[in-house]
Amino acid sequence: MIFNSLSRHVREGSKSIFRNGWMSFASISTIVISLFILGVFMLLSLNVNEMTKQIDNKVQIRVYMKLDATQEQKELVATDIGNMSEVSKVIPISKEEGMKLLEKNLGEDGKELLNGYTKDTNPLPDSFTVEVYDPATIGIVAKKISAINDTNSAKPLWKVNYGKGTVDTLLKVTATVRNFGLVIVAGLAVTAMFLISNTIKVTIMARQRELSIMKLVGATNSFIRGPFFVEGALLGIVGSLITVGLLFYGYQQLVTNFELGLQMVKLIPLQDAWLLVGSTLVGLGILIGAWGSTISIRKFLKV
Amino acid sequence: MQDVWKTYQDGSHALRGISVQIDKDEFVYLVGPSGAGKSTFMKLIYREEVPTKGQIFVSGFNIGKLKQRKIPFVRRNIGVVFQDFRLLPKLTAYENVAFAMEVIEAPKKVIKRRVPEVLELVGLKHKMGSLPAQLSGGEQQRIAIARAIVNNPSVIVADEPTGNLDPETSWGIMKLLEEINFRGTTIVMATHNKDIVNSMRKRVIAIEQGLIVRDEARGEYGYDF
Repeated sequence: MIFNSLSRHVREGSKSIFRNGWMSFASISTIVISLFILGVFMLLSLNVNEMTKQIDNKVQIRVYMKLDATQEQKELVATDIGNMSEVSKVIPISKEEGMKLLEKNLGEDGKELLNGYTKDTNPLPDSFTVEVYDPATIGIVAKKISAINDTNSAKPLWKVNYGKGTVDTLLKVTATVRNFGLVIVAGLAVTAMFLISNTIKVTIMARQRELSIMKLVGATNSFIRGPFFVEGALLGIVGSLITVGLLFYGYQQLVTNFELGLQMVKLIPLQDAWLLVGSTLVGLGILIGAWGSTISIRKFLKV
Repeated sequence: MQDVWKTYQDGSHALRGISVQIDKDEFVYLVGPSGAGKSTFMKLIYREEVPTKGQIFVSGFNIGKLKQRKIPFVRRNIGVVFQDFRLLPKLTAYENVAFAMEVIEAPKKVIKRRVPEVLELVGLKHKMGSLPAQLSGGEQQRIAIARAIVNNPSVIVADEPTGNLDPETSWGIMKLLEEINFRGTTIVMATHNKDIVNSMRKRVIAIEQGLIVRDEARGEYGYDF
């Protein structure tokens, strides 16, 4: 019995989508647009989040010695830093190693640039890479290291650098992307809902007579609501599936074809993101559709 | 009905304190001039309208205090027939009657058995595949009656069921309603048809300006229009 009604609702609901061709098309388009934008923002913030995490893990302090610092001073500084309780590791990097790193980072194009420098003319200072246990303490540690210059009359340090700026910027970007996206998506979702409720209203008007007879012979409100609910939900499903298709195709193209060249920027592969993004979009599509149809039928059902 | 008042939002009093009891198995004519409150009286029975004051009981339910979600179940106990038939034009005779059963979620098997049975009762089993447009007015009204009784209601409310039909056809419809009444269904029928009321004698309730002015067991129409 329940199955009979359900199949009736589905039949009636899907028939009605084709009967209201253009209105259905408009509703689906709005859903596609709003969900697509939401999807883009989701992928964007997922990627930014991932990037932040990666950078967070790699947070290091680079301590550069003055060019004229002596070996003795270098050792002294290394022990001082090593004695700090927050520090997990101190890795000395000599100027030669620094040069190699620079060559690697600059790649083929950079080779020429560094051609003139030999072992004796190496302009790079000796340095240390300092790692800490907790990325949150990095600011404090950096300050402590800088303070070595105050106590040591030779002032052996040239510069203390750490990635705080980058991390902070990324976090800020994530938050902005998220908030901005939410506002736009909310606005579009409301528009989509409004359009769907209008589409359904057309169906209701076209079938007023049928509905009044249904009420007269004692059909329950939930039964009358059935086909409209299905119509709304179907519009939502179709819209969200189109969106997911477009979005994933586009993203895959981006991941495979768009090599950013920089090693730091790496897009999350689609297979890691599709489940979360896809289910959110489809779920939201159904919600928008069903809700839209519910608003329009509610008014009508009040006897 | 106990001291029922119905005031519409524009302030007009459609019914001004009506008390009446209609028993099970009765056949009642509701007569009176246009605008006297006959239609309101009927609408109150199937809860298209709620009384402003007073109480109405239909087969044990207090209509005025009915919860929204219980309305459908009370309506299943009341069949309604209109002057203009109100059939669905795109459905066949069979489908129109079956529709009333489908929407209250009756099992398919029961629908398949019951619909032909009812169509036979109204004498139109041979036309069950016809669309309303292919049927005469009298035939359409029979289908409408079939739809009203298909769910075995205990009350039939008919608002001028013969209003659009010629005298001969009207007579056939009346015979059918009488037959249904004999089978144990209460019938409340609003009418302007003097000949019918005077020749098929039943209880007559006359309403004028929202009040009952006459209630006779085997009454006459009593008006000249």
